[in-house]
Amino acid sequence: MFKSQAPPEYRATIDTDKCIRCKRCIQNCGWSVYDWGGDRVQIETSKCVRCLRCYHYCPTEAIEILKEETRFKENGYWSYNHIRNIKRQAETGGIPLTGMGCDREGTILFDHLMLDACQVTNPSIDPLREPMELKTFLGKKPSKLEFTKGKDGKRKLATKMPPNLELAAPIIFSPMSYGSISLNAQKVLARTAKECGILMNTGEGGLHEDLKPYTSNIIVQVASGRFGVNPEYLNAGVAVEIKIGQGAKPGIGGHLPGEKIPLEVAKARMIPVGTDALSPAPQHDIYSIEDLRQLIYAIKETTNYKPVSVKIATVHNVAAIASGIVRAGADIVYLDGFRGGTGAAPGIIRDHLGIPIEHALAAVDDRLRQEGIRNEASIVAAGGIRSAADAAKAIALGADCVAIGTAALMTMGCTLCGKCYTGNCSWGITTQRPELTVRLDPEVYAVRLSNLIRAWVHELMEVLGALGVNAIESLRGSRERLRGVGLDAQTLDMLGVKPAGR
Amino acid sequence: MDHNFQKDIAGCGLTGLISKKRERVSGSIIAKSLTLMNDRGNGLGAGYAAYGIYPDFADFYAFHIMYDVQSARFSVEEYIKEHFHVEKVEEIPTTPVKEIAINPLLVRYFISPSKGSITGDGNGEDFVVNAIMKINSEIDGAYVFSSGKNMGAFKGVGNPSVIAEFFRLDEYEGHIWTGHTRFPTNTPGWWGGAHPFTLLDWSIVHNGEISSYGINKRYLEMFGYKLALLTDTEVVAYLFDLLIRRHGLDVATACTILAAPFWKDIEDLDADEKEAITALRQTYSSALLNGPFSLLFGHQNGLVGINDRIKLRPLVAATKDDMVYMASEESAIRAICPAPDTVWAPRAGEPVIVELEN
Ligand code: SF4
Ligand code: SF4
Repeated sequence: MFKSQAPPEYRATIDTDKCIRCKRCIQNCGWSVYDWGGDRVQIETSKCVRCLRCYHYCPTEAIEILKEETRFKENGYWSYNHIRNIKRQAETGGIPLTGMGCDREGTILFDHLMLDACQVTNPSIDPLREPMELKTFLGKKPSKLEFTKGKDGKRKLATKMPPNLELAAPIIFSPMSYGSISLNAQKVLARTAKECGILMNTGEGGLHEDLKPYTSNIIVQVASGRFGVNPEYLNAGVAVEIKIGQGAKPGIGGHLPGEKIPLEVAKARMIPVGTDALSPAPQHDIYSIEDLRQLIYAIKETTNYKPVSVKIATVHNVAAIASGIVRAGADIVYLDGFRGGTGAAPGIIRDHLGIPIEHALAAVDDRLRQEGIRNEASIVAAGGIRSAADAAKAIALGADCVAIGTAALMTMGCTLCGKCYTGNCSWGITTQRPELTVRLDPEVYAVRLSNLIRAWVHELMEVLGALGVNAIESLRGSRERLRGVGLDAQTLDMLGVKPAGR
Repeated sequence: MDHNFQKDIAGCGLTGLISKKRERVSGSIIAKSLTLMNDRGNGLGAGYAAYGIYPDFADFYAFHIMYDVQSARFSVEEYIKEHFHVEKVEEIPTTPVKEIAINPLLVRYFISPSKGSITGDGNGEDFVVNAIMKINSEIDGAYVFSSGKNMGAFKGVGNPSVIAEFFRLDEYEGHIWTGHTRFPTNTPGWWGGAHPFTLLDWSIVHNGEISSYGINKRYLEMFGYKLALLTDTEVVAYLFDLLIRRHGLDVATACTILAAPFWKDIEDLDADEKEAITALRQTYSSALLNGPFSLLFGHQNGLVGINDRIKLRPLVAATKDDMVYMASEESAIRAICPAPDTVWAPRAGEPVIVELEN
């Protein structure tokens, strides 16, 4: 057999002395790396993606997944991946696919921003003793309020408030469709959203029957494929999101292969079983901003004016685009940075298109303020939020809340192997294979995800306390509480942040 | 966008009094109260605001302007003459005191916008505010430190007693007085940096540090305010201006915004209040003043004292007949009102709102 010139990336190894021949690894690997050879486990290491499922489930710790030591000769210009991709393309003529977010190194602005803390002149606040408020509202706010005075002299609100989404904390889950992830994974998100008073998002995959009990914590999404969209769907959640783009693959559509469309997925998406689900690159009824406006208002009319969110990938001109979106009537602008995750994207798109969320967020918040329309819409920042620290920094830069996808999947077992597009996820997350999805018990994993949210909530409270404020809105957009370390003057100016020491 | 603002950090003492029946009280009284709290300042700034002191010119905006250089005065007066009717100009009377070696030139003008100049809100207030912003931000060495009608601020670098003597405070009588002594930790003594801060009829004396300064400032900038002074207190003054004058909210509602009740307490309110405060917190979240403060807010119709939402700075209030007193320390009240009828410490975030009787 012709051996591929693209060498295996990892070396799966089993210590035969420790191995008790239980065959659990064979069962657990979604990528069929292991097979039974009569007296021992056989290993086809070129298939291994280092998802570490077998490693965790081996009862005798016999398994080690090593980096393949046999590599191309090191070259400072031609990286391992450059060479490997060329070999693969020479063999297939195709576009190398990737899953999850861009994994290339490069300046990560979050890591160059430091938060402030109180000393002497203003006291810090102990979040264990004092109330610490994270409650957040997403949606349009009036620029001012009017009141009438009742006969009893008491004020009564005269302004009609636009509908807002109430969150117990400034964190939501990013859209991940049923199809790209398993129904069990969606159930984990839905249960946690309900438990923690936050929101999940259906992504472009329709709404499965089983999620109906959670609809008061669900945003339903409308994207270019219009899968599963009908009036009932639009009205099912608390808000509707129009997806224009995704940070991991700005400007391109989606392709869910027919193998990932079993009956249940087909039902939710309202398409025939086994057909490829193609999301076109643009929405074919949105070729300009005025078309977006029509769609926003068509949805508002259908839903009796629920908030409408518009999700875009952060591209070069993001500030002007966001301003247009707000003026078109969106209640929420969802900014997805280039580090954002995906179930499948061509590597070239994922790694080379778009800009980081930190830049985009700063630019959008500035622009909306300059135009005096910051109150017209909330900003959701997403695309690479790794920790509560990233969340706090994003909020200080101007976000109303952050959205997390990858971090949430990690609580379900994901190890960021990046092979989601194969549909073989051993953790039962990005797969529809029943023998794999059954591993992901929604009840068990919702506890883990809720733990994560709770942990981040505590961390955010600690940060607020150190900053000497007791409400999240006092951090939101307060870039005075950030300082940049090791950033050039232009970047600092763009971010609206002073250098450390000043 | 100019992001390069610097922050002024200060600790302080403050005091204020109001006669609800508009009985006018000598400035020596408030000076006595403030002087008792000398040790809350460090001699780098003190000041007073008084209402009802210019009854003969009650219809004119009383601009108090400090000039660091003579040339600034020419520029300002040229500007004023072009846009305002000038009823009277005079140097603010002062007494030389040995503690004050140098002081800016201090001049007051009683003026009204000349007809034809007025644009904006129609009653001329926007026009006057714009003029103040223009002088303060565009004319080097000139600073309007007081601009209301029938009221005035007197402030500078020095101890409370020195500033009172310098400005001959005992020669003024007002029905509302506030005073402030300052403990700045970074800025060199600049006369304009002392409290009170004023804008039109509003005056603020403030003890504390606004930890939410960054967002409060950016919020105000959305409404065209230029924050020239780089201090927390300026933010407070402009927020009151925005909420009360421009958005037409009443004083109590403005206080609800600045020191908003906690969500857990909002839960327990009746339906109307719950709806009102929820809307206020949603709409005006960027105007929430977070961090330690106590402040006194003087205006044409009354005096308001308020603390931050967890009371991280002191504030005591007392009444005696129609008089209401508020100060950082009870002793500062008892120094001028030895036997008050009632004395209490206002709760965190709950404003003490006193209005003049008609
Ligand atoms: S793909 Fe995952 S489960 Fe399979 S061998 Fe590699 S690490 Fe183990
Ligand atoms: S979801 Fe599964 S396939 Fe995708 S990166 Fe995580 S572990 Fe790998």
